[in-house]
Amino acid sequence: MNVDKQLSNRQRFFFEHYGLTESDLERYLAAALSAGGDYADLYFEYLSSTSLMVDESMVKSASQGISAGCGVRVVSGERTGYAYTDDLSAERILHAARTAALIASAPAKATVAGFQKSAARSLYPVTLPSVDAEISAKVELVMRADKAARAADPRIQEVRASYADELRNILVVASDGTFAEDSQPLARMNVSCIAKIEGNSARGTSGGGGRVALDFFFGEKTPEFFAKESARQAILQLDAREAPAGDMEVVLGPGWPGVLLHEAVGHGLEADFNRKKTSAFAGLVGKRVASEKCTVVDNGTMPWRRGSLNVDDEGEPTQETVLIENGILKGYLSDKLSSRLMGISDTGNGRRESYEHIPMPRMTNTYMLAGQDHPEDIIRSVKRGIYAVNFGGGQVDITNGKFVFSASEAYMIEDGQITAPIKGATLIGNGPDVLTRVSMVGNDLKLDEGVGTCGKDGQAVPVGVGIPTLKIDRMTVGGTARKDPGGFMQ
Amino acid sequence: MSIAKRGSCVVEGPWVFIGPLHLDADVSAHEISIMSSTQIETRNPKIETDLRNIAQDIVRRAMSGGATAAECVVREGDEFSTLVRLGQVETLKESGSKSIGVRVFFGQRAASTYSSDFSSSGLDRMVSSALTLAKITSEDPFGGIPEASLLGSLTGDLDLFYQDVYSLPGGDRIEYARRAEKAALDFDPRIKNSEGGSFDAATGHKVLANSHGFVGEYRRSYCSVAAVPIAQSESGAMQRDYWYSVARTLSKLDAPEKVGKIAAERTLRRLGARKAKTAQVPIIFDPMVSTSILEHIFEGVNGDSVYRGASFLAGKLGQKIAGDNVNIIDDGTIRGGFGTSPFDGEGVPTRRTVVIENGVLKSYLLNTYTAKKLGLQTTGNASRGLAGTPGIGPGNYFLQQGTKSPKELILGIKEGLYVTEFLGQGVNLVTGDYSRGASGMWISGGELAYPVEEITVAGNLKELFFSISEIANDLEFRGSVAAPTIRVDGLTVGGE
Repeated sequence: MNVDKQLSNRQRFFFEHYGLTESDLERYLAAALSAGGDYADLYFEYLSSTSLMVDESMVKSASQGISAGCGVRVVSGERTGYAYTDDLSAERILHAARTAALIASAPAKATVAGFQKSAARSLYPVTLPSVDAEISAKVELVMRADKAARAADPRIQEVRASYADELRNILVVASDGTFAEDSQPLARMNVSCIAKIEGNSARGTSGGGGRVALDFFFGEKTPEFFAKESARQAILQLDAREAPAGDMEVVLGPGWPGVLLHEAVGHGLEADFNRKKTSAFAGLVGKRVASEKCTVVDNGTMPWRRGSLNVDDEGEPTQETVLIENGILKGYLSDKLSSRLMGISDTGNGRRESYEHIPMPRMTNTYMLAGQDHPEDIIRSVKRGIYAVNFGGGQVDITNGKFVFSASEAYMIEDGQITAPIKGATLIGNGPDVLTRVSMVGNDLKLDEGVGTCGKDGQAVPVGVGIPTLKIDRMTVGGTARKDPGGFMQ
Repeated sequence: MSIAKRGSCVVEGPWVFIGPLHLDADVSAHEISIMSSTQIETRNPKIETDLRNIAQDIVRRAMSGGATAAECVVREGDEFSTLVRLGQVETLKESGSKSIGVRVFFGQRAASTYSSDFSSSGLDRMVSSALTLAKITSEDPFGGIPEASLLGSLTGDLDLFYQDVYSLPGGDRIEYARRAEKAALDFDPRIKNSEGGSFDAATGHKVLANSHGFVGEYRRSYCSVAAVPIAQSESGAMQRDYWYSVARTLSKLDAPEKVGKIAAERTLRRLGARKAKTAQVPIIFDPMVSTSILEHIFEGVNGDSVYRGASFLAGKLGQKIAGDNVNIIDDGTIRGGFGTSPFDGEGVPTRRTVVIENGVLKSYLLNTYTAKKLGLQTTGNASRGLAGTPGIGPGNYFLQQGTKSPKELILGIKEGLYVTEFLGQGVNLVTGDYSRGASGMWISGGELAYPVEEITVAGNLKELFFSISEIANDLEFRGSVAAPTIRVDGLTVGGE
């Protein structure tokens, strides 16, 4: 069938476009191990991308680009040597391999003979990747978003809508026989609005996407969907009151507020920090780190999701990994290096930003499983607190466990009722204990719309997050209101 | 670690704990991918000298393809980095790369493309894609490259490039990293672990050419040494902090021992941190965090947010937006500065711009497009990546220092907060609303009393700038944005 043919073409990408052969790959790996490293791998990447932006109802920016290269890694004990080249000629790759090889200092290892090709999986089988789709269709998307946002409300005065997609072809081969190819699409839209009334203005943003083709945006998640949501948030913020300050009950809405998990526990469970014992979670496997209502997983195998991968950037198939089960810490997210050094299994979480970067343990899609509580009951149970449904982003200090995330849409809850919208406020907590204060877990698990980009050690990778509605008995809220709710200072 | 909805209004915060490994300070050079080697020559030097010709050739190809204006940027860089942890080399990385981007105009329609493929067919494809792409964009009456009369380059040696960043033999580079970490580990028995010591070096070479005949180029170099120790209290609680030195030449880099010692001191003082009570108290911003206030002002005077009305400072030119003691300057011409370059991302010479004088907003920071939109002149602050339209970046951008020492500022406070670190991105530049996670030291009786953490600091930027009640005398450039210690009143500390 045509689809299979296209897929198989893509899977031979570097062989067809750069004339690579398996014996070339063996030769490069042999050069990488020429100074006696324990392990070597090659990561070939060819990335093509497109982006468009409409501002003031004009397509002001359109760009396309290509970057290609190969990164060579050599591991010797706990040491890693790395070099890369943006020129895929044999001469330059061999040069990079010999440079990376210098991390080791021993006689050359036996050469590599043969590879085991990993079984093909297809979590995002697009026949026509967005990068190859007609540019006019993408222009239509951003123009429609602009129009819909402006039509949503006369107070919407500024709209910026953008669209970006990419297709990343990769080939990973390693001295342990790993051979994996993948073709990874990624697309997203974003709409940002500013609402203005006399003496006041506010912003709203919305967006989404995933490892999808262009038709995704012509289905349920249309430009109009994102535009209306963005406009709604901006209008809502015009009336927002000052947020309270201090410790209080917090209810998180479903979906993107799962940023809480990403920051509070996700990073702290990445194996590299635990191997080095620099994480606040080091040594806590088997211990209680959350209320028994909490089960948290990282799952790289969800079809079409932004954080999903058929294989990670070390060629290992991704999987569903249980991090916390009924409140007990079960394990870490690992890559090849940490799994070897710690004697734990490789969970397929070795990721990197590009061929210029050394892979390390990273999250994919991280979420909490649904519980039993009805979201309305959760709200009703709160005497005085905040209900936060949308966030900008978050950050964590792995070592002391302190994390923050910044609400962009939140409301007061007073006597079990959602009352006034409040201004954006930062929520701050401590990773190893915040989930012990989760007293109710909703039955409404939702994943985010496909907007997250995670940064670690300077490397950015796309991720997903999700939670059901959650009640946390106590968190610190960073508002400015000088008195408790009821006595807001306007 | 951070997560953000990239591409939305949310800007990813600064990298918290391994900041030094990434030269965030230098906006344009940060995008230059870096690398080189003493062991093996990584680049054919011939290719490097050809970059100028390549850039001019691309402009010619675009013009002969029908473009009415074109601009090409070529970047080449080399990087070396090493991380030593607990005395052992953990990573060694070195490489070089280059990339090229072109922006074309058909009248007032524009588009851009980029590539890492320098083969003749690769370059042809890049140019023809740009020409095709420009046909789908909108006529924008304010679009275009700068007028020829505005183009130019500062002359004379700006002191930006020193080959010596690569002069150390491989073993000595590793030794730099090892010495920084060792100084931290040896400083106190409570320093029990480490994220490591590091040494990084990088050089970048940038060429810009356009269809008005402008062609300019410059090289810059960096080196840095850093330490990230971890201290543990008797209860087992861990804290981490860091310190680094960065310079354009090895000869100006601080001794690794000094870096390691300061890193250890900064880490140790965090041990035993507690929460604070919710209160309104005076707050001292350490220079590492007072620069963040400057960055918010930068975003506020950034022409791009100003013309869209997306800035809390839009429409405030000539008005008082801060106290009389606040003077902020952007100067891209300072010799050897981290934000210095002979011309900006569009080929306009860099200059000195007074942004705020005695609290009055004197100038926005602009590139050609935003200047036209606002009916003003560019301030030479265009920053250009490989793709897309030029943005706006700082030169050497700083808050002028006062006369008191940081100690005197603290001495004047009975109860207050000394902030050493912010977490998160809780700043809304449309409204000025400000709410951030923080940690630091509690001030009691004019002295730093004990460490605090898991607190928030909140207020509104519009009021905050008027509430900078004191500015200390400790201005030091550790990047392109610099500010001394400051005291701010009227913010809310959120805690228990």
